[in-house]
Amino acid sequence: MSAVIEEHHDDHDHKPTGIGRWLFSTNHKDIGTMYLCFSFLMLFIGGTLALVIRAELFQPGLQFIDPELFNQMTTLHGLIMVFGVIMPAFVGLANWMVPLMIGAPDMALPRMNNWSFWLLPGAFGLLIASLIMSLMGMGSAPNFGWTFYAPLSTTYGPDSTDFFIFSVHMMGISSIMGAINIIATIINMRAPGMTYMKMPIFVWTWFITAYLLIAVMPVLAGAVTMMLTDRNFGTSFFSAAGGGDPVLFQHVFWFFGHPEVYIMILPSFGIISQIVPTFSRKKIFGYSSMVYATSSIAFLSFIVWAHHMFTTGMPVATELFFMYATMLIAVPTGVKVFNWVSTMWKGSLTFETPMLFAIAFIFLFTIGGFTGLMLAIVPADFQYHDTYFVVAHFHYVLVSGALFGIFAAVYFWLPKWTGNMYDEGLGKWHFWLSTISMNILFFPMHFLGLAGMPRRIPDYNLQFAEFNQIASIGAFIFGFSQLILLYNVIKTIRGKSSEKATDQVWEGAEGLEWTLPSPAPFHSFTTPPTVK
Amino acid sequence: MSSSTNPDVYFIPEPSKWPVVGTIALTTTIIGAVTSIHSGAINLILPVGFLMIAYLFFGWFGAVIKESLADSYNPQVDKSFRIGMLWFIFSEVMFFAAFFGALFYARTIAVEWLGGAGNNAMTHELLWPAFDAVWPVMSNPDNTKFVPPKEIIEASGLPAWNTAILLASSVTVTIAHHALRANHRKPLIIWLAATVLLGCTFLVLQAEEYIHAYTELGLTLGSGIYGSTFFLLTGFHGFHVTMGTTMLLVMLIRSIKGHFTADKHFAFEAVAWYWHFVDVVWLGLFIFVYWL
Amino acid sequence: MSAAIRVASFIGLMLVSMQSWAEYHLNLRPGVTSFSQGAYDIHTLVMWICVVIGIVVFGAMIYSIVMHRKSRGAVAAKFDDNLTIEIVWTVIPFIILGFMAVPATKVLLAMEDVSDSDMSIKVTGYQWKWHYDYNVGENAQDISFFSNLATPMEEIHNKATKEKNYLLEVDNRIVVPANKKIRLLFTSNDVIHAWWIPAFGVKQDAIPGYINDAWFKTDKIGTYRGQCAELCGTNHGFMPIVVDVVSEADYEKWVASKKESAAAAEASSNKTWTKAELIEHGKAVYATNCVACHQASGEGIPNVFPALKGSAIATGDVSKHIDIVVHGKTGTAMQAFGAQLNDADLAALVTYERNAWGNDTGDAVQPADIKAAR
Ligand code: HEA
Ligand code: HEA
Ligand code: HEC
Ligand code: CUA
Ligand SMILES: [Cu+2]
Repeated sequence: MSAVIEEHHDDHDHKPTGIGRWLFSTNHKDIGTMYLCFSFLMLFIGGTLALVIRAELFQPGLQFIDPELFNQMTTLHGLIMVFGVIMPAFVGLANWMVPLMIGAPDMALPRMNNWSFWLLPGAFGLLIASLIMSLMGMGSAPNFGWTFYAPLSTTYGPDSTDFFIFSVHMMGISSIMGAINIIATIINMRAPGMTYMKMPIFVWTWFITAYLLIAVMPVLAGAVTMMLTDRNFGTSFFSAAGGGDPVLFQHVFWFFGHPEVYIMILPSFGIISQIVPTFSRKKIFGYSSMVYATSSIAFLSFIVWAHHMFTTGMPVATELFFMYATMLIAVPTGVKVFNWVSTMWKGSLTFETPMLFAIAFIFLFTIGGFTGLMLAIVPADFQYHDTYFVVAHFHYVLVSGALFGIFAAVYFWLPKWTGNMYDEGLGKWHFWLSTISMNILFFPMHFLGLAGMPRRIPDYNLQFAEFNQIASIGAFIFGFSQLILLYNVIKTIRGKSSEKATDQVWEGAEGLEWTLPSPAPFHSFTTPPTVK
Repeated sequence: MSSSTNPDVYFIPEPSKWPVVGTIALTTTIIGAVTSIHSGAINLILPVGFLMIAYLFFGWFGAVIKESLADSYNPQVDKSFRIGMLWFIFSEVMFFAAFFGALFYARTIAVEWLGGAGNNAMTHELLWPAFDAVWPVMSNPDNTKFVPPKEIIEASGLPAWNTAILLASSVTVTIAHHALRANHRKPLIIWLAATVLLGCTFLVLQAEEYIHAYTELGLTLGSGIYGSTFFLLTGFHGFHVTMGTTMLLVMLIRSIKGHFTADKHFAFEAVAWYWHFVDVVWLGLFIFVYWL
Repeated sequence: MSAAIRVASFIGLMLVSMQSWAEYHLNLRPGVTSFSQGAYDIHTLVMWICVVIGIVVFGAMIYSIVMHRKSRGAVAAKFDDNLTIEIVWTVIPFIILGFMAVPATKVLLAMEDVSDSDMSIKVTGYQWKWHYDYNVGENAQDISFFSNLATPMEEIHNKATKEKNYLLEVDNRIVVPANKKIRLLFTSNDVIHAWWIPAFGVKQDAIPGYINDAWFKTDKIGTYRGQCAELCGTNHGFMPIVVDVVSEADYEKWVASKKESAAAAEASSNKTWTKAELIEHGKAVYATNCVACHQASGEGIPNVFPALKGSAIATGDVSKHIDIVVHGKTGTAMQAFGAQLNDADLAALVTYERNAWGNDTGDAVQPADIKAAR
């Protein structure tokens, strides 16, 4: 199959220049870069809000912010981290890597790709504007938690809620289009010979994640639409007085929300599945069971949502069903963990920064998974629910899970993106500081939760003081450690003092992306490679 | 410039301003919509936003049509479009699923519980002793906050007609498609025009029904859970019919202009898929909203 | 020591310390009811199973990290598949899960059985206080009251030293007899709240328009504290719950004293008060019912809760002032306090607000005025 790329009037590798290159881009790498930069910016904003929360919680009593602002901080922290950091970072990685890994020149629908990205600044612009207005004393930003339960967000929501609703609509459109694009790319753009069961695991996990996205983002859109009409047009979906039910909101939200948390972990699973074999110099153990496990997790994720709602007074049979279904997820997830360990087993291991993050991921995500399993046990969840135990659980799976996966990916692929090696020493510093402080930050939260500290409170009883103090100290160390990453990335991109990366970059690296030059050319594979 | 009729060539569109225009258009519309809702009167920003969205559609689809006519698309691009459209429709299915889910939940759970079913005897006894769990809900738990409807719309009247109309339109669009595939332009245009007409008729009848509901039956968005689910489901469906009809109209114009050939007419097919989807949703509506 | 070992031992240490700290109440507490004990046991079981699995998995990984490193000359093996072992590690976790599911199901079924209760209490969540009604079901008593946060604002704003029960103290506690099966009926007046006493193992959402139930029974006399556990707005962190479990005899005494004070309140609403009395009483009522929003300074929170200091309503027409306090304003956080406070309290409140913070209207509102405005 011979092919040349349709270049219109451009020469090969001729890049558009100026701001237009970014605004009007149809190039998967440029769009991927924009996603990643956006997500990095959001990490700093969302992280700063988290630091405000931690500062307020450093001591009992109200110090810096009043309870109302505290709730806004919690809400925006959660929303920004979930929708502004993890999801865009994953889409950015998919944009960069999926075409490279399957031997395609670009994404299947490049123009739509650009819109998927540019919707995000619009959506977060609206959201962050409401926070800025609130800080300036004009109304209140969303203050009902990232789960925005009715009627707190409907009848009792501030005016900015309506902006929030539409901003969620925009994020939804962005995610759906992004997911459609990834699906079309994977189905349609694979190089000859790249059968489904030869695709790198990262591509597989994203393929499945994309289906989760198109299945649940519209449901979230439905949920906020009902909120909008309840707030402004007199409907009564979430009001008992009109025959509705506030709990209906929670069902619709978590039908989206639980698959959403797997949307935030599956691509990380994929990343780890690329990195561990590379630095073990060994093939991934149990490739096909990895694929089946990922699919099972995705399938199960649709039938466990009510484990977030055990205290809402559902019938016992329902509670039991959701408990059993939730527990089942431990099985395929366990398969993944065991496969990673087996991949390392009898490998020839080296410990560059990506591998370090991958190992920390396996340890810490598993701990987060264990606490997840504890949460699934209904009678015990009555004690854990809405306490810091839950907060500890989800930061273990999100920070040392999703976020560490992203960090690992950035170190792993940065040389391919820029053509320059990152500073390994700084990478190690970043790793050790992050990993240690992350545990200082979140491990004590287990104790807090078990001792009875509710979440989403700006002030607490004295018995919780010590662990909160420790957590806050960890938070500041963790936060400032991220400046090392920022510095390292900028330094690598500028590349003045960096070592040049080879095409293969890592000794154990296998796959199409490593056959391209570093940095990868503007149009990835202008002739489709053939996969044996 | 290599020929794009060669199936082995990758196609990558040139940089495009439309995505950014799209974001600005949507953001403007949102600001306009929210400020209008809050002030209770439509302000200038909203129509400006809508105009920008219209500009976006004309521009973006215009560009695609131009590329398509210039024969820049190869079979691979065509397949990407197909996959894209298919999964887009799936996402729409899930959007409706949320509202259908709300309807089923309300009917089988919320209303029953308010009436004391399951372990909710106390809910009924202490909070809403006067409430009767029947569907359709003709008397709400709190009739001062949510004024119940006097009457609801019977499935056998207008809705039955509308069902027939939509089903017929699915048939006509299929006949048009066959005509297109057989390269018969005249029947294509006639049957497509018929489809557009049926779509419009549906919308007119639907509007009639809404007016009737609001002015005579007291069935409104605010008349409790029945009105809420009724109007949201039929309303979003109606919105989709409007979009579908508009798209069909564009296809009609393009057919008249001779844009399509017997083997290259993806735009037409996409619209036809969409139209069938809208039709299937209606069947769901007819059964679960009007009939049962 | 290798990097990974350091991480592992760090985590290991933390896990171990979790147990040794248990005496200091950093682990879950066994509590005082049968199912708080049940929840504790299943918590312990699952936690230890996880610890053991963790040791096995992490142990294998650490072994590999130590032994199979390239720097030690390890050469990668070639295997990448083994069906038997994959089946084994799919089936074994499945079985382990079964061992957790069985006791969990048993405990849950016991918890959800609310039949044969000795008395019922209706618990209503309000932004941001709890209301208790003893007048439902068996052994109904004509008692109902609000329970507000009693921690002084000075402590919250760090102007006074914090007491042991900081944020966990209320003005009116719920009192229940020991050894009785107490059924709680939860609902809410506004948003969703959740009633939680860790020592009872009871956490249930209070949902507006619906009633949830739960029960507890304990033989341990004592005071038990908890908090609202569902985000319910600004002062979600400030709506504690305190339950006194007392002997049967003490319970009877408490019932009698409650009835007496209800009668006294009735009487106070019928007399005419002096302005000074009104202001003094009003200040106290304000401190429990209104400070959360309008603040002790009367300045409110900008853009969220309006200032009463110098406000048009609090310095203008008295009838408007009475109206908003008695009837509230629908759709805002300002509740209809007419349903919550008696005429004397309301009269005192309005009088206080009209004379505090430089609102020198000089008005004195009498209980009779309130009665007329209801
Ligand atoms: C990346 C995100 C992510 C991931 C992957 C998970 C994974 C899991 N979560 Fe988590 N969860 C969240 C994000 C995530 N969660 C968030 C954000 C919330 C809070 C939302 C909010 O309220 O704001 C939450 C809340 C939450 C709750 C509700 C708690 C409450 O509010 O009361 C529950 C309850 O069941 C739960 C369970 C689980 C389970 C069982 C898993 C499982 O998938 C874990 C499976 C993994 C393992 C079990 C470890 C590895 C397995 C082995 C080594 C095999 C052998 C093991 C055994 C047999 C035990 N989660
Ligand atoms: C992936 C998602 C993600 C991530 C990465 C994080 C990261 C962090 N979270 Fe997260 N968190 C959530 C998702 C996430 N969180 C969610 C979903 C909730 C629930 C919200 C809800 O209840 O509704 C939550 C809630 C939550 C709470 C509970 C709040 C409450 O219940 O009231 C706390 C409290 O400590 C907290 C802390 C932190 C901290 C300290 C970090 C740190 O890891 C952050 C570290 C990063 C930085 C600090 C950035 C670097 C910034 C600097 C170095 C500062 C420099 C400053 C400038 C240049 C201006 N989070
Ligand atoms: C839960 C929060 C909350 C509590 C508690 C509360 N209020 Fe209010 N109050 C409000 C809000 C919000 C408004 C503004 C309503 C509006 O939008 O007009 C308000 C308005 C008022 C006003 C009118 C002020 C003005 O100038 O507009 C008065 C007077 C008032 N409250 C008195 C009281 C009294 C007396 C109490 C205690 C018994 C009390 N409030 C308790 C939230 C509260
Ligand atoms: Cu009431 Cu939180
Ligand atoms: Cu979940």
